Amino acid sequence: MESLLPLVLLLALTSIAGIIYHAKKGDIKKSKRLQIFESEIGARYGKRASILQFSTTFCSECRAAKAIVKDVVKELSDIAYIELDAESNLDLVRRVDIRSTPITIFLDKNGYEIARAKGTPKRDQLIKAIQAL
Amino acid sequence: MSKSIQEKPVRLIDARGPRYTAAITTLVLSAALVTKSNLIIGFQFAVFLSAVLFGLRRSIYGFIYRNLIQPRLSGPVPSENEAAPRFAQLIGALFAATALLGGVTGNSAVFLIATSFALAAAFLNAAFGFCLGCQCYLLILRGKVRLTA
Repeated sequence: MESLLPLVLLLALTSIAGIIYHAKKGDIKKSKRLQIFESEIGARYGKRASILQFSTTFCSECRAAKAIVKDVVKELSDIAYIELDAESNLDLVRRVDIRSTPITIFLDKNGYEIARAKGTPKRDQLIKAIQAL
Repeated sequence: MSKSIQEKPVRLIDARGPRYTAAITTLVLSAALVTKSNLIIGFQFAVFLSAVLFGLRRSIYGFIYRNLIQPRLSGPVPSENEAAPRFAQLIGALFAATALLGGVTGNSAVFLIATSFALAAAFLNAAFGFCLGCQCYLLILRGKVRLTA
C-alpha cells in the first residue's frame, strides 16, 4: 500500500491540473492593445474586424478551432478570418507572445488586438465576442 | 494569405496515435513507480528512444497502435505533423534515462522524481489530450529564432 501512495498522489494532482486546464481552455479574454500589421500576416483585414488564428501542423485541436470560427463568421462578410502557421511566422509569434496553439486573436479594423483565446474558443463566448466587435 | 498552414511538406502521423500510446506509457510508468523496477523504466527508455530514432510509426508502441488499436477505430483519420510528438518522446527519453541512472546508482529520490515527471506528462496527454512536450516544441522553435536573430 505504501508504494501505491506516490502513484495515487501524483495521479490526483495531475488530474486536478488537467481539470483546471480543460475548464480554462478556450476562454476568450481581453488582452493588451498590441497592433499587428497586414504586412506581417500577408492578408487584408476585414472592414469591421478580423480573427487571426495561429496554428501549427502538429496541433490537431487547431482544426477544431478553425472549423468553429469559420462556421460562426461564414455569414459575416465584414469580418476576415485569417489562419497563420506559427512555425513559418516565428518573429511574429515571439512579438505577440504565442506560446501554444491554437491561439485565436480578435483584431479591430486597424489591426489592434482586442481579445484572445487559448485553445479552441467556446462557441457561446465566440458569438458574444464577435457581436461585440 | 502568403504563409498558410498547408504549404509546408511535413511527415504526418495519425493524430489519435500519440494519445493511445500515452495511455500505454502511463500504465508502464505507473508500474515502474510502484515496483521501483529498473527493468521497467529501462524498457520505457528503450520505447522512447525507438520513437526518437525511428519515428513514432516505427516505434514499439507505434507498432502496437497500428496493429492492435488503429484497425478497431472508425471514422476519418485525422493527421498531424510528427515533429512535436517526436520531440515529446525525446523529453520522455531524457526523464526515463535520468530515472534509470538514479535506479542503477541506488538514488531512489532521483528515480522517483524523474519517473513522476514522465508519468505526469504521459497521464496529462492520455487523459486530457494535453501534450506537454509538444507545447515545449513551439517554445524551443521560438528560442531558436531568438538565438539566431
